[in-house]
Amino acid sequence: MLSALAPAWTSPTIDYHALAPEMILAGGIVLLVLLDLFVADAKKWILTPLASFIVLGAFIPVLTLALSDGGVRSLFDDRYMVDNFSLVMKGLFLLSGYVVILLTADHLREGDYYQGEYWFLLLTSLLGMVMMASSRDLVSIFVSLELLSIPAYMMAAWRKRDLRSNEAGIKYYLLGVFASALMLYGMSLLYGISGSTKLVEISKYLGTDLTSVRALAVFFIVVGFAFKVSAVPFHTWAPDTYQGAPTPVTAFLSVASKAAGFVALVTVIFVGFPGSHDVWQPVFWILSALTMTVGNVLALKQTNIVRMLAYSSVAQGGFILMPLAVAGIDGVANSALRAIVTYLLVYAATNLGVFAVVMVVARKTRSGEISSYGGLFSYAPGIATLMTMFMASLAGIPPFGGWFGKFAAFQSLVSAGTTWAYALAIIGGINSAVAFGYYGKILREMWMKPVPDGDTTPVTVYSSLSVALVITSVATLVLGTFPGIPLHFGDIAGLAGAFGK
Amino acid sequence: MEVLSDHNWVLTVGTFLPLVGVLIMLFIPKADEALSKAVAIGTAAATLAVGVFTMVQFNYDKAGEMQFVAQAEWISVIKSSYFIGLDGISLPLYFLSMVITLLVMIYSWNHVPSPGNAKAFYILMLVLQTGMAGTFIARDLVLFFVFFELVLLPMYFMIGVWGGENRQYASLKFFLYTMFGSALMLVAFLALFFKTGAESFAIPFLIENGGAIAKNTQIWIFAGMFVGFAVKVPMFPFHTWLPDAHTQAPTQGSVILAAILLKLGTYGFVRIAIPILPEAAKEWAPWIGLLAVIGIIYGALGCLAQTDMKRLIAFSSVAHMGYVMLGISTLTSFGMNAAMFGMVAHGLITGMLFFVAGSVKERYHTLEIKRLSGMLVQMPKLGWILGFCAMASLGLPGLAGFWGEFPAILSAYQPAPGLNVTVFRVYMVVAAIGTVLAAGYLLWLYQRTAFGEPTEEFAAGHGHDEDIHDVNKFEWIAWTPLLIAIVVFGVYPQLMFQVLDPAVGVTLKAFGG
Repeated sequence: MLSALAPAWTSPTIDYHALAPEMILAGGIVLLVLLDLFVADAKKWILTPLASFIVLGAFIPVLTLALSDGGVRSLFDDRYMVDNFSLVMKGLFLLSGYVVILLTADHLREGDYYQGEYWFLLLTSLLGMVMMASSRDLVSIFVSLELLSIPAYMMAAWRKRDLRSNEAGIKYYLLGVFASALMLYGMSLLYGISGSTKLVEISKYLGTDLTSVRALAVFFIVVGFAFKVSAVPFHTWAPDTYQGAPTPVTAFLSVASKAAGFVALVTVIFVGFPGSHDVWQPVFWILSALTMTVGNVLALKQTNIVRMLAYSSVAQGGFILMPLAVAGIDGVANSALRAIVTYLLVYAATNLGVFAVVMVVARKTRSGEISSYGGLFSYAPGIATLMTMFMASLAGIPPFGGWFGKFAAFQSLVSAGTTWAYALAIIGGINSAVAFGYYGKILREMWMKPVPDGDTTPVTVYSSLSVALVITSVATLVLGTFPGIPLHFGDIAGLAGAFGK
Repeated sequence: MEVLSDHNWVLTVGTFLPLVGVLIMLFIPKADEALSKAVAIGTAAATLAVGVFTMVQFNYDKAGEMQFVAQAEWISVIKSSYFIGLDGISLPLYFLSMVITLLVMIYSWNHVPSPGNAKAFYILMLVLQTGMAGTFIARDLVLFFVFFELVLLPMYFMIGVWGGENRQYASLKFFLYTMFGSALMLVAFLALFFKTGAESFAIPFLIENGGAIAKNTQIWIFAGMFVGFAVKVPMFPFHTWLPDAHTQAPTQGSVILAAILLKLGTYGFVRIAIPILPEAAKEWAPWIGLLAVIGIIYGALGCLAQTDMKRLIAFSSVAHMGYVMLGISTLTSFGMNAAMFGMVAHGLITGMLFFVAGSVKERYHTLEIKRLSGMLVQMPKLGWILGFCAMASLGLPGLAGFWGEFPAILSAYQPAPGLNVTVFRVYMVVAAIGTVLAAGYLLWLYQRTAFGEPTEEFAAGHGHDEDIHDVNKFEWIAWTPLLIAIVVFGVYPQLMFQVLDPAVGVTLKAFGG
């Protein structure tokens, strides 16, 4: 009966090369689960290297796809695209995932956590992110979003017997679900009025003519993603979640998960609603100004390093949002997209590095207080120098990566040339000076304060952590001194279908 | 832009050689301080040797043109390139930065301030050197920005770690001020980039096309740059970080700060803001002049009120940079030459004064003027050197300070066409009064510290005899070149003016004079 109703159905031709990263991840996840079932507890350690091989394995096709000159690969009736934008972001997710695995390795072993399940969840979340980078359809965007979020809720609550970790998980879950609901409501409105879930078609339908119901749909979706990227005033879950979750999970949430939120936001805005910029531009202007200002001001008075980094991550999100406040103006779209991608790359490298240092130091001091960094330079100059570099990068001081991210964001604002754009640029400028107030606090502790309790036993850096430190610091330095190289790799402005192109 | 010489590698090598030294030093164990110092000094000496070679190869007949020009791809996505060159304006400052770094390092041989760690201290100085030299040769605004900012962190740590009691406050203030200024400066650079057609960040390109920007827009862009550079100079009312930074910084930090870092701001005006935005410069000139003379008087009055020798010298810096900015604000070749000369002279003289202050502090463990006295009796050589520098600083003819100050005042008599003559003549009179005040505070300082008998607590036999000794070997090595330069440029200023003048002429092409 049913088959008679769908006579025209033919199986889609699948570009296996284009799907290879997802397939390797999915296959790897299955393998992990099976191994976890059958391997004796004493041998569970092999799951760690296996997880990292899976992630690196998935990275290989990303590279080959980037090097092949096939242009944009379109799958499933243009609902799933492999373009330069998605490849760069997939690379970012997979490498961040690899660094998070490095950060987690010793942490898991020491804490006797449930290794198999942890890797399963981490890789599943990564798979969701990788899919997100290619999704060009409301349904696949939503599925990817849930696929990447739900494992993250559980990872945040990973320390089962720690109340704070439970709180982290619950808060993250409740607000995350609330945001999904909002977004879903917006999506259903969109589907109802346009009759399609495909972003390109929605964009054609929406045009520039805005009725209130269309504006409402766009608004709901933007707000839903604002939760995901923890933009003020939708940021309240972030500090508690970041502080309560295990540190490697926090690193994962603040970098990869946040980047995934931005990827979805950018895709929806650029491909789906380019004509509705009268709705989203002012929203992003306000979100961006609020996010960086409130994030910065609240970060200033934190005494716990992870909580401070949570607010710092909120504030950084404000900078990433800046270009979106002008992205609808003629000729700005490309530079806005480039700015966001650049910023995400730089931010990922730097912030993961910061968390690596935080883990190294916490292992020695057993404390999350900023004051525990006192005198770090005197007994661990190498670690302190790396931390200095990462902090300088977050503060946007050349020659470390961060400056170029800020530069690109300012550039796209100024290229818009409107009064509002200049105003936001100046707010951003003031904020980047204010931000040094708290990044500088860490520097002051490390370089200028005495060692607390005179405890100068050296820090130990496990090999997996040191690999993470090397990767992140080299990336931070290269992105800052030769930003042309990573940007040269492909025109990252290549988001297929953006602005009707 | 033709390449005048095949030696266009010299600038790159001269700028980045210190970083090679840093790399080597990273592998030296912290405990081996002598080796760290030796490698650092060796690097600085090698850098200076490259600098000397640059001076020798420089074509002085074409001092107005960019030489040793090199251009390579850097960040092509944003149309910025690695574009460097050197002309008569950059050469003296570029070279001075190398000399000062080497001398400061030699001075530090037995003067590494508390809490020690010579390796880190020397590494920071080498990084500073790269940032300073790079700023003076950058021909691309993004490159300029990167070098301009590169000096921030090393100086922050130098003040914050090796400084005096109030070092953390001072270092943070220094940092926040500069950071705020450079954020606005960056926005201004970007606006400039887009208003000239978003084609290039190269300074020559911008000079060619900047003049076509609408006057109102120019004024706003200039305002952004003004904040960035004025904080660095520092001009009144952005100067308040300077006395704190100088007072709290270790001697080495003060010397580098006074001799070179302040010049990054004035250099920015001369190289970037004024030639690229001539219309805006004309509108801003009277205001810059006003702030400059306020700075002169304010700085001088501040000096008279100080009880701390180092703080007094810091305030005198505010006054001296006021003369430099006054010269620049006239937009005449005469004033600009004076300003450029003043920058170098101030670098030599105030650098020396901070050296002396550091040595006084080391001997007496205080810089409080009323506790000091009779230096000439206890340490005649140091006392004479202080006197010599004070004379140079107050602008005594025959010493370098005179040629920065006097022509700058004189230039305000006849500012560039289009500027209000009366206003500038008033500035001239006020600035002239400033010199009287300068003579007042410097001579008073000298009289109180050097003349008379040593105060009781420091008199012979009161437990300070071991510390109180005259100029030592390392101090002589570090100071002699500066002292000689002060005399040579004082007696024969033409030596520098002939290098500066052609380049100044090119810079002021838009003003017809």
